[in-house]
Amino acid sequence: MATVTGTRSAQELQAVCKQIRRHIVTMIHAAKSGHPGGSLSAVELLVSLYFGGRMRHDVENPKWKDRDRFILGKGHAAPVLYAVLAEAGYTPVDQLNTLRRFGSIYQGHPDRRFIPALEASTGSLGQGLSLACGMALAARLDGSPARAYTMLGDGEIQEGQIWEAAMFAAYHKIDNVVAIVDYNKIQLDGFVKDIMELEPLADKWRAFGWHVIELDGHNMEAVNAAYDEAQTVKGKPTVLIAHTVKGKGVSFMENNPKFHGVAPTDDELTKALAELA
Amino acid sequence: MATGTKFELNMGAATREAFGRAIVELGKVNKDVVVCDADLSKSTMTTYFAKEFPERFFSCGIAEANMVAVGSGLAASGKIPFVSSFSTFLLNKGFEQLRVTAAYPNVNLKAVGTHSGISIGEDGPSQMSIEDLALACALPGFSVLSPCDEVAMRAVIHEVAAHIGPVFVRAARAKSPIVYTEGTKFPIGGSHELIAGSDVTLIAHGLLVAEAIRASEALAAEGISARVLDLYSIKPLDHAAVERAARETGAIVVAEEHLIDGGLGVRVAQTVAETTPCVMEFVGVNNVYAESGGPDELLDKYNLRAVNIAAAAKKAVARKSAL
Repeated sequence: MATVTGTRSAQELQAVCKQIRRHIVTMIHAAKSGHPGGSLSAVELLVSLYFGGRMRHDVENPKWKDRDRFILGKGHAAPVLYAVLAEAGYTPVDQLNTLRRFGSIYQGHPDRRFIPALEASTGSLGQGLSLACGMALAARLDGSPARAYTMLGDGEIQEGQIWEAAMFAAYHKIDNVVAIVDYNKIQLDGFVKDIMELEPLADKWRAFGWHVIELDGHNMEAVNAAYDEAQTVKGKPTVLIAHTVKGKGVSFMENNPKFHGVAPTDDELTKALAELA
Repeated sequence: MATGTKFELNMGAATREAFGRAIVELGKVNKDVVVCDADLSKSTMTTYFAKEFPERFFSCGIAEANMVAVGSGLAASGKIPFVSSFSTFLLNKGFEQLRVTAAYPNVNLKAVGTHSGISIGEDGPSQMSIEDLALACALPGFSVLSPCDEVAMRAVIHEVAAHIGPVFVRAARAKSPIVYTEGTKFPIGGSHELIAGSDVTLIAHGLLVAEAIRASEALAAEGISARVLDLYSIKPLDHAAVERAARETGAIVVAEEHLIDGGLGVRVAQTVAETTPCVMEFVGVNNVYAESGGPDELLDKYNLRAVNIAAAAKKAVARKSAL
């Protein structure tokens, strides 16, 4: 089975990350709306999966039964997933700038009616982990090596359903599910600590029976290593608590709650692309 | 079921019991059938499946939202998941998940709610599901079924397992009188005319089908010819049967153990309004929560009996005559 393999060096993956970031700011600028901050914070975490060989997938065979599944729980970060799917060859790169427009396959939130390579339609927070658990259980029943990855926003895990699913995954020893918390510390209304504090976050997941890996979510080697470690964990699910920077890569968006859900202006796009050159 | 059969209405098993047995039959022939339950397996009767196929039964704890979405994940990966709880918990606590993870992406999820209606009795309104059909029918792409007896439930469960797409099936706690003979087919979108009639049509689903039959027999003694139609397929609706009833009898009573608001009655009324306007009356739970009590006491108090259906039929016939 021809899969995208991990032959690229961390340096080559960083170049892919830069390209993904350019796509993100450009398409959100074109759409005049969207969520740049939480898309930019998740780039390395997705690039490692899709381009670093950490996820088993095959662009020639998107419905391959034994493929690993990826579900974007934080569906508002659709631009990062769209840019990754397009660069990986699943969807057209030249249509990325139709994001959010009528008739575009790049809908406001991921919609599998428009992109069959999407494993789920998301956008209502809190549901991705449950879906991933169902897919991981199906793989287990089928004796398939498939794993299920889901990326959760830090604000998203304020949803009660996440903790229902966390209990479920540990109780059923679903060791082929990996949750990734994009812990960029900012949600729509402001800083997470000022809206609904999550700490002690690692202790919470441990108490729920998960194997916890804390890491710098922008260090490509650390990200690759975390996914590799998750592969070796048996009998319990793994969560990556990835410390990230909201708006990463664009100086004036970094750690700026304003860019949770605001598109860059023309000038801001020019500045952003210069920084991402 | 041949029109004109005399109904004995012998008491049969509860439809939840028939559901529990039917999924075991399915599990034996299809290893992709899996079941999720939220700590009510001894009541929803998925316990039979759990005992027979423990590796395909997933205990979810008291966490319906997660259960529904786990089911959708299983379905997205090719399984045929039956997720089950009391109707009120499944639809109310799991509605968002039914909407976003099952209906919107059109996933092959089978949701079965037991303990529907007020006939659950002593546990009272917090456990009584009287709005589940309104909610389920508000999910685009969902098929919604409410079988009236054990024969119908068994056939419906086999039907929905073969159907590709999301489904909600409504089951009851109380034992149900047997209306059908084994072998009767229950296609999604179908209906059964149980008694022929020309003056008025009594449309019902679930437990009130038997009440409608009794009402028709009582009306016959008074010289009123009342057709009885079991619209077990709430969605999609058998529009042709409804239109025929409106055209041929000119008066329709819809009876159901559900809120009148958002129930089968309003769905029938839409078809009638769009095709063949006629007189209509509605028998159902009328803008109120019930209370604890025995099932019979509650069905009496909340006017869900044959006598109430017969009274509504006479009113409809009188209104028709006055036109």
